[in-house]
Amino acid sequence: MDLTNEQLIKMYTTMVKIRTFENRVAELFAGGKIPGFVHLYVGEEAVATGVCANLTDKDYITSTHRGHGHLIAKGGDIKLMMAELFGKKTGYCKGKGGSMHIADLDLGIMGANGIVGGGPPLASGAALACQYLGNDSVAVCFFGDGASNQGTTHEAMNLASCWKLPVVFVNENNMYGISSCTRDSMCVPNVADRAAGYDIPGVVVDGNDVVAVCEAAAEGINRARQGKGPSLIECKTYRHRGHFEGDPCAYRDDAELEEWKEKDPIPRLEKKLLEMELLTESKVEEIKGALQKDLAAAEQFAEESPFPDVSVLTEDVYT
Amino acid sequence: MSNMTFAQAIKDAHVVEMERDPNIYVAGEDVGVFGGCFGVTAGLLDQFGEKRVKDTPITESAIVGTAVGAASAGLRPVIELMFVDFIGVALDQLYNQAGKMKYMFGGKAKIPMVMRAACGAGIGAAAQHSQCLEALFMHLPGLKVVMPSTPYDAKGLLIEAIRDDNPVVFLEHKMLYAVEGEVPEGDYTISFGQADIKREGKDVTVVATANMVHTALGAAEKLAADGISLEVVDPRTLNPLDGETIIASVKKTHRLVILHEEVKFAGSGAEIAAQVAEEAFDYLDAPILRVAAPFCPVPFSPPLEQAYIPSEQQLIDAVKKVMA
Repeated sequence: MDLTNEQLIKMYTTMVKIRTFENRVAELFAGGKIPGFVHLYVGEEAVATGVCANLTDKDYITSTHRGHGHLIAKGGDIKLMMAELFGKKTGYCKGKGGSMHIADLDLGIMGANGIVGGGPPLASGAALACQYLGNDSVAVCFFGDGASNQGTTHEAMNLASCWKLPVVFVNENNMYGISSCTRDSMCVPNVADRAAGYDIPGVVVDGNDVVAVCEAAAEGINRARQGKGPSLIECKTYRHRGHFEGDPCAYRDDAELEEWKEKDPIPRLEKKLLEMELLTESKVEEIKGALQKDLAAAEQFAEESPFPDVSVLTEDVYT
Repeated sequence: MSNMTFAQAIKDAHVVEMERDPNIYVAGEDVGVFGGCFGVTAGLLDQFGEKRVKDTPITESAIVGTAVGAASAGLRPVIELMFVDFIGVALDQLYNQAGKMKYMFGGKAKIPMVMRAACGAGIGAAAQHSQCLEALFMHLPGLKVVMPSTPYDAKGLLIEAIRDDNPVVFLEHKMLYAVEGEVPEGDYTISFGQADIKREGKDVTVVATANMVHTALGAAEKLAADGISLEVVDPRTLNPLDGETIIASVKKTHRLVILHEEVKFAGSGAEIAAQVAEEAFDYLDAPILRVAAPFCPVPFSPPLEQAYIPSEQQLIDAVKKVMA
């Protein structure tokens, strides 16, 4: 797969956009600006970015409780996202959903999901609609290593395979379901090994290499578009932060984190693009500056927006 | 008008709607060649083909979940859960996903899907194939809950359910499948939230659902001979619940007995009783009574199963008690 210079720079920009957003969310959460809890995508940016680079607004994704990266990579508006995280009326869900339920159906984003394993059947369903309506669209299901052990994931993959649905299951294996390490929660080395049980392709990729992710996703997505059915891509990655903000991470050691920080997907691509002379130090600063400016505007929008009026409490339950 | 069974009326609603809207599909375990566990979908596969009538693996979470995903992406699924007891393995997809999406997403989602399921005791199917669970679904915001008692209501309510843009749980008591009645040709709808007075009366209001409506009508016939006049109100949909019609009836009769097959404890009757107590307490001449199943799983052995199902005699006794 030959990625154009433009595509490479776009993927770099998207990853930095997710990182700056998440780092700022961490600060805002610590500062008490964001209620509830947040699960950050720092360290995993290459997965959403590499996959969504192959999708259009007409394609569907299902996301997870760690969903900010997926939303941004699929084209979500960070102003509306930030306002939602603040619980404001102007947010994506009018303040009714919060971090774990942001959706933008116009962009094919079927929602983050607070239930581990909640998304796979929904993704197979969206894929069924694509197949049924005979359009060219596909669905991508992002799910974690934790969700890989849920019955819903098995059911969704089995049905997708039986019906040859245009769906790609993208496993983000960050090695931990909250505190449970995959060493203790699964008995095969790779989630992708389970693809054999559905007679679908299952590949393992370096989830911190955005180009590798993009290439693997392109293959799965093209296969789905051609009517050849589902596939499973396992992206090995790591979350730099805890399960949620405030998690002391007593279940993993610092050395492991440091080792993975060495493999941070953003400096890796940045170094490569600098070597290829697609980026210069000043261009990097320019990209980061522009993203910071957008982020500041999003934060200001969220800050200045009103909370929802309590009169809307019981609205939107039914159509 | 033609005479048909409850099962045929439900199938007829499928045919009317599937002919009208190509984006409706039917899916479930054995709904195709087999025709559905109770024969409801028999013939749909031949008429509409495999694309629209889909046999699934035994995979309830995926049946429900794919319907939710497909509904949010432009289709109108009508899925069959076979036995309502099976919701236990698929409930997350119904209540956490389908039921909450619209609200969680700030009003933007639309999930037009119907989940049909057979419920109820009476055929010796034992504990995991016989329960009535309407109160469970009533407790979940975002879902609508329909429970017809006649072929006419079943067809009109199912067409309404299919056209509704919300997730609808359509509960079919299995002892009703063979019940016959007059059903109009073609399409007609019955609006949700409109109770039907199945028999007018003046002494006692009996609110009954599904097959218990027929038990109530039988009791009414017998009590009429004793000079006691029952008004039998069938809510038809439990969410939305037509409290207005029930309360108006109680204001007329001043007495209320609620009859349902699901367990009495925290059953749908508890909600109905509470609404009447809140809105019409001063009109009541006697305590509200509930006749319903005891708080145990549905037993297998025929005498036990019959003892579990609320009987006409139990209703008659309750009516006499509120009349005393």
